[in-house]
Amino acid sequence: MNKIKSLDDLKRVREEALEKRSKTTVTGKAHIIVGMGTCGIAAGARETMKAVLDTIEAEKMEGILVTQTGCIGLCEQEPILQVVRGDEEQVTYGKVNPDVAKRILKEHVVEGKVVKEFVVNL
Amino acid sequence: MKELSLHILDIAENSVSANAKTVSIEVEEDSQNNLLTIIITDDGKGMDAEMLARVTDPFTTTRTTRKVGLGIPFFKEAAEACNGHFAIASTPGRGTRVEASFQRDHIDRMPMGSIQTTFLDLLVGFPDIHWKFKYRIDEEEFDFDSEPVRKTLDGIPYSDPTVLKYLKDEIDFGIQKIQSVHKQEMP
Repeated sequence: MNKIKSLDDLKRVREEALEKRSKTTVTGKAHIIVGMGTCGIAAGARETMKAVLDTIEAEKMEGILVTQTGCIGLCEQEPILQVVRGDEEQVTYGKVNPDVAKRILKEHVVEGKVVKEFVVNL
Repeated sequence: MKELSLHILDIAENSVSANAKTVSIEVEEDSQNNLLTIIITDDGKGMDAEMLARVTDPFTTTRTTRKVGLGIPFFKEAAEACNGHFAIASTPGRGTRVEASFQRDHIDRMPMGSIQTTFLDLLVGFPDIHWKFKYRIDEEEFDFDSEPVRKTLDGIPYSDPTVLKYLKDEIDFGIQKIQSVHKQEMP
């Protein structure tokens, strides 16, 4: 693997990203949190997170932060995904397989409509 | 867990929870010695002797939400079921090192699975950690260090779609490359 060439590529990627950013209005910024404790991983959380990342990439969704968290004590509801959209209240979803994750990104993160059937009441 | 790469993800999550700044994941497949070794090292808060002695016990955890921790016992059991070894060493304030080895061709040895996804999820999910990923199959090696990447990006997040595509391609291609060389060598 040619690392030097690779980092040069990355510099171009950075400039491209910056350019796109300045064109996008900074609204609807969202934070997505994936539960990645042993319980989450065993229930398929890794693929749920992959689906989130794949969707962001495919749909070119800007300004979305994706992080992980450990077990939050709802192991039977895993994989768990939490969404904080702008200043809105955090929504916790349960049993989020990759297809559900894609739906949440499209309907909740982009369109602002909570996917009620997968909401877990804390 | 159905894949070794899921165990790796799980153990690395422990390192993050232990407030590590740097986490190194090394996977080595050695076909000549019929050995598969996984080493996860962190500079987190570590454990004292008492905690260390209990940590492979399924009824120990640092979690406060529930009292049962299964990550390390699962991993230990997986290694030992495949004629392998499991070792964990830790120093309070210095960090922890977990090593598991497997007889590579053991019938019960679970597949590596998508190590690419494990690496990408960790990198993006914990952008403040300095990640070192190494995956070696005999003479071929994939080596990824997040530090030069983070510096080059200079504030642009990993979850930016353009950056994400770059990282995914980089990791996928790197892993596929070493795995395909290995396949060609198989009789």
